[in-house]
Amino acid sequence: MSYGQKVDIIDIDYSWSFINYARATDGVYFITLFKSVIISLITTFLCLLIAIPVAFYISFSSVRVKSILLVSILLPLWTNLLIRTYSLIALLRTKGHINNALENLWESANYLLSFFRLANHNFIGESFTPLSLMHNNFSVIFGLIYIYVPFMIIPIYLVLEKIDRNILEASYDLGANHKITFFKIIMPNISVGITSGIILVFIPCLGSFIIPELLGGADSQMIGNIIERQFKSANDWPFGSALSFILIYITIIILGVRYVYSKLYSRLYQRGVS
Amino acid sequence: MKKRVQHYTPVNYAKNNTLKIITFIFLVILYLPIINLIMFSFNDSKRNIVWRGFTSKYYEKLFENEMLFLAFSNSMTIAITSTIISTFLGITTAIALWKFNFYLKKYYDVALLFPIIIPEICMGISMLVFFNYINWPNFQLWPFTLSSIIIAHVSFIFPFVAIIIRARLSMLNNEILEAGQDLGASKYQVIRKIIIPFMSPALVASALLAFTLSLDDFVVTFFTSGPNSVTLPVKIYSMVRFGISPEINAISTLLILIIIICTYFAIRFLSKSNREFMK
Repeated sequence: MSYGQKVDIIDIDYSWSFINYARATDGVYFITLFKSVIISLITTFLCLLIAIPVAFYISFSSVRVKSILLVSILLPLWTNLLIRTYSLIALLRTKGHINNALENLWESANYLLSFFRLANHNFIGESFTPLSLMHNNFSVIFGLIYIYVPFMIIPIYLVLEKIDRNILEASYDLGANHKITFFKIIMPNISVGITSGIILVFIPCLGSFIIPELLGGADSQMIGNIIERQFKSANDWPFGSALSFILIYITIIILGVRYVYSKLYSRLYQRGVS
Repeated sequence: MKKRVQHYTPVNYAKNNTLKIITFIFLVILYLPIINLIMFSFNDSKRNIVWRGFTSKYYEKLFENEMLFLAFSNSMTIAITSTIISTFLGITTAIALWKFNFYLKKYYDVALLFPIIIPEICMGISMLVFFNYINWPNFQLWPFTLSSIIIAHVSFIFPFVAIIIRARLSMLNNEILEAGQDLGASKYQVIRKIIIPFMSPALVASALLAFTLSLDDFVVTFFTSGPNSVTLPVKIYSMVRFGISPEINAISTLLILIIIICTYFAIRFLSKSNREFMK
């Protein structure tokens, strides 16, 4: 495997020094790293909020509808990430389609108001100011959600599918309402799917660099951009590999936590059964 | 009058309107940008903001653009070569993991998953550093300029192939193989007459998947490609950085089309193989 070689480069140049790792943990780089983690966490959380209802609807719909919905969620997954990000630009930019639509809406509203001789009162602003949807944190998070939400839906759907419907019926029979059933019966059952969904969304989010590069502005750089810059323009390879190794460590830690969690969970479950 | 009995169970969340609306909005948002992209590739306007009428001139322009054609042929060469190599590697890995029990097998399994799990950018960088470390020669002759990209692609694609084929192989009964050997088949014959026909649907599906993955990949290619080995996604990226143009829309549409066709066949083959198993 090609992984062993990487440390060796640092080894040759810096003789096992931790200078690069120390550099990564102070100042701008640490802030960026922290910010990437925050952005990824927000994205993961919002993905979860979107994915649960959609997965619910898919798993409870009829077989025909289900297959159509599944294919339509999987299809964008196969189209190129770059193309999908690019397609978002056309919508989000200042003269993009969303702002155009909003402007049309504003004009028609103004026109409507002018019938009632109200246009001069400036109820809805003097003129239309386009929303700045591009080159900020909003666009980055939106792009990340747009790209990675299918990764959250599919694992949740797969575990939802396995839940015995009779259990839910039994829960309602015993007098629980929707809310109680959801939190006491469904949530524990789909927690495995949720954790794998979180991992599938969080890790690529943390390492993504196309989306912040194309959709983000100066203040929404993520760790991926910095790594890319170390290799392309700044030409500081050892530092870049140190940064990317930090990403790999984070990945490994997350996977380790998940492993321990699943072990504990299964042990608790077994104790509960016996 | 016949009374219609309506079974209403609270469990049927498909009837829940809130869920329906959320799913609908979600799908609209998911597809709006892509449909918009495809639609505006036919738009007769340079700035691509308002619809100005149908045209296919950007597609004609594409076929005249030599750089794009070069990038496309590069992409195709890489995709086809790495599909062949990674399918072969994937088959052998899958068979080895399925049939034999060897030292540190458990860890080999994890190692196989590793390229899939780690962030793509780390994969790309590790490839770049690796090629630099072993002083991979900088070829000037055409097919060899792509060699580093092909190696990089193979190394992250073949785990996918191995996993799919292994899932298929795990359905195969060991008794069938033993019966084959009882009836006098040699090891080679067992592989050729039993294992390969059995896993052929998964084989086709995973080969198509490998092709799509390779054609689609940007991040790994971005780090391993040089000036004379530009692929289509890398080319698109450099075009996107200069802003929006209908040409990008046109080429993206073509790429989407190729990928959709491949995926369609992959899914068909996979579901066919599953259906056969159900019988």
